[in-house]
Amino acid sequence: MLNRRCFVTSGALGLGVAAFPGVGWAAPGTDKKFVFIIQRGAADGLATLAPTGDLDFLRARGDLAADAATGVKLDDMFTLHPALTESAKLFALKQASFAHAIASGYRERSHFDAQNILESGGDRPYGRDDGWLGRLLTLLPREGAKGLAVAPAVPLALRGPIAANSYAPSRMPNANSDLMTRLTNLYAEDAQLSALWSGAQAAEAMAGAPADQALRGGKALGQMTAGLMNGPNGARVVMLEANGWDTHFQQKGRLNAALGQLDALVGSLRDTLGSEWSNTLVMVATEFGRTVAFNGTGGTDHGTASAAMLFGGSLTNGGKIVADWPGLKVSQLYEGRDLKPTTRFEQFASDALAQHFSLDPVRTRRALFPDFA
Amino acid sequence: MTNAAIAMNRFGLGARPFASAPASPTNWLNSQIDKYDPALSASASQPSRASIAASFRDYQLDPKDRQVAGKDAAATMPVDSMTQIDPAKIEKVVNTLRLQYVAAVDSRIDAAITSDTDFAERLVHFWSNHFAVSIDKLPVLALAGDYEFTAIRPHIMRKFSDLLFAAVTHPAMLLYLDQAQSIGPNSPLAAQVAARRNRNLGLNENLAREILELHTLGARTVYDQNDVTEFARALTGFTVGGMAKGPVQRFLALNGKDGDSQFFAAIHEPGDRNVIGRRYRQKGEAQARAILADIATHPATAKHIATKLAQHFAADVPPSSLVARLEKSFLESGGDLPKLYRTLIDSPEMWLAKQAKFKSPWDWVISSLRALNVRELPNNRQSANMLAQMGQPIWKPGSPAGFSDVTENWAGGAALMRRVEIASRIAERSANRVDARTLAPRILSTQLGAMTAESIARAESPSQGLALLLLSPEFLRR
Repeated sequence: MLNRRCFVTSGALGLGVAAFPGVGWAAPGTDKKFVFIIQRGAADGLATLAPTGDLDFLRARGDLAADAATGVKLDDMFTLHPALTESAKLFALKQASFAHAIASGYRERSHFDAQNILESGGDRPYGRDDGWLGRLLTLLPREGAKGLAVAPAVPLALRGPIAANSYAPSRMPNANSDLMTRLTNLYAEDAQLSALWSGAQAAEAMAGAPADQALRGGKALGQMTAGLMNGPNGARVVMLEANGWDTHFQQKGRLNAALGQLDALVGSLRDTLGSEWSNTLVMVATEFGRTVAFNGTGGTDHGTASAAMLFGGSLTNGGKIVADWPGLKVSQLYEGRDLKPTTRFEQFASDALAQHFSLDPVRTRRALFPDFA
Repeated sequence: MTNAAIAMNRFGLGARPFASAPASPTNWLNSQIDKYDPALSASASQPSRASIAASFRDYQLDPKDRQVAGKDAAATMPVDSMTQIDPAKIEKVVNTLRLQYVAAVDSRIDAAITSDTDFAERLVHFWSNHFAVSIDKLPVLALAGDYEFTAIRPHIMRKFSDLLFAAVTHPAMLLYLDQAQSIGPNSPLAAQVAARRNRNLGLNENLAREILELHTLGARTVYDQNDVTEFARALTGFTVGGMAKGPVQRFLALNGKDGDSQFFAAIHEPGDRNVIGRRYRQKGEAQARAILADIATHPATAKHIATKLAQHFAADVPPSSLVARLEKSFLESGGDLPKLYRTLIDSPEMWLAKQAKFKSPWDWVISSLRALNVRELPNNRQSANMLAQMGQPIWKPGSPAGFSDVTENWAGGAALMRRVEIASRIAERSANRVDARTLAPRILSTQLGAMTAESIARAESPSQGLALLLLSPEFLRR
């Protein structure tokens, strides 16, 4: 049996109240920056950061677990997905740290409700109309409270008393490939639409969507975002959205593409931010994880706990994995099917942000996640 | 409940999330005929016809260049073809005209999105397309909005003959189909010009032909070339102050009201006319009025209008029973439009569960914005361009026949891909405040199928859920 506690969280990232007596606001003139990347659609943490050291993982996922083992092995327990090459380099440089078996307080399996909670930082769906990034802005010195969403409108997470901007290229974006796949299913029994749709997709393919389009998309997004963050008037708190994580079928290829794009995005943020990378913290999180076992269509269904990631040029606990590992025997699973959450996202996020912006951890947590006990 | 969904989505421009489904769908639709307000709140800010004419008159080009400019006026200016004239001036004028067009498009969209009488709004769109003008011609670029707002909107709840007269004598139509330049060869003005300059001025049959073929009787029905020519002679005299070309403009510049239609007796062809077996002895404007009044209630017109209306609302190949009922209503009432609409509402063929019509890009965009309670497209100034990308640029059908009303015209692969892209974009902007799972049954009501409901419930994000709703078979059709 494996050692259940690979690394103990809670206080590992935070330094405690005593370290910052009386500090409630980030120091004036701070040039710290924060980027939150939301993985909409429930990313499979067990594939992202595979517990290849857990025999039950191999038992549950068979061949796919073997695939996972081809990635970069981070320690005795975890292996990073093979598509995450830049992330692996950052981890080696202690510029990345990961958390596993992590989840918000939400325990149902609706994307909508779970994303609402992940963004609002509240304890029930649609309970708040502002978000924890929006509330973070109120803790920053006024001149540094510049929020920006790279999206057509400001997402809930970034809403609050201080208005954030949103930016999206005016060109009509290509619809994402996950939506395309879903439409194929939705039109399957409609003779007219399915014929039209397969024709439209064939034409699109002919027009040339190179295989590395996703990678280039991630890289371009990173470059554009970094451009919006540079300079004295650049954004300090940024939110990005990553799609394509709801891998109910053919998970292997789809996750490979989605993770490749995410990895390219992080790598290009690092490259384009240049010296500012050392002032930047990047957080990646999803609304919930996916089932431990594969379903009948080469995919996974909605689960509970997943993995979260931090990147940055001056990460305090870089090169570490935070995981109070619950185990993957059926009896150890949440409701007999999902990775059991042992770390709360609210704690993880507020600790990381308090650390990064030199804020009081308790006050930060109360401000960002007021419903979190 | 099925009927409520049909009333909102098949008759109307699409359900809105906050409006409750009508308890009595037929009463709801009938009441719109009474409540319809032709005035457009946003049209108050529209420029007057006089100011449109003034901008247009600044545009002093050779007719050839004018045509080239007009063709591309709604897109970009082909500067290289303009080397003969001051490009800066052309650009300034075309930009002014185009801004007037964009403002009018926005007024139209705003009215469509916010209307509580959206069945009536659809009738505005139907008639505006039936009596189509197209902004490929430069003068129409600025006048198209005024045309719909002042010629179509105030007349859709009257007799067909009133609507016909208002449409075909509006300056936009007179200029679009060349009536403004048509001169009776034996008119006083033509005689004067012929004597002085040995130059013959003459007829232009364009409007006369399209009125018979497209607006009233229908192609290959009861008229022949003689009827077209005779009708064209009768129509001479209708022109536009300050905007017609050549000698007409020079005369009208002294007498006419800028930008307004008027009957200019000096260019009217004198004499009696024979049109479709009837003799018209009236003098001046009364002659064309009498002919228009007769063809407006002709049985061929009744059949033509009944067929087009049924095709627009019911099916590409409408049930013959529906067409016959509408035709009878039209004939018996002498083209009373409210009675025609009430007949449509009362027709059982309209209330079949099967969604037979594929929404046009306009109907799909408007119903999407209504469903999401969004007042504007992602970039309001580009709303005209967006509809152009989807194949239905507003007031630019490119032909006096207007946009086709059948599925094949809209249901193409590339067009569907554009809808996917636009739906994604619209959905992203609304995902923060709308839950597709609760919205779908409010909008589609009983039309919502299990596949779509399930697909929305399983969406990976709120915005994807909304996009799936807008792209569902039930929402693409009506």
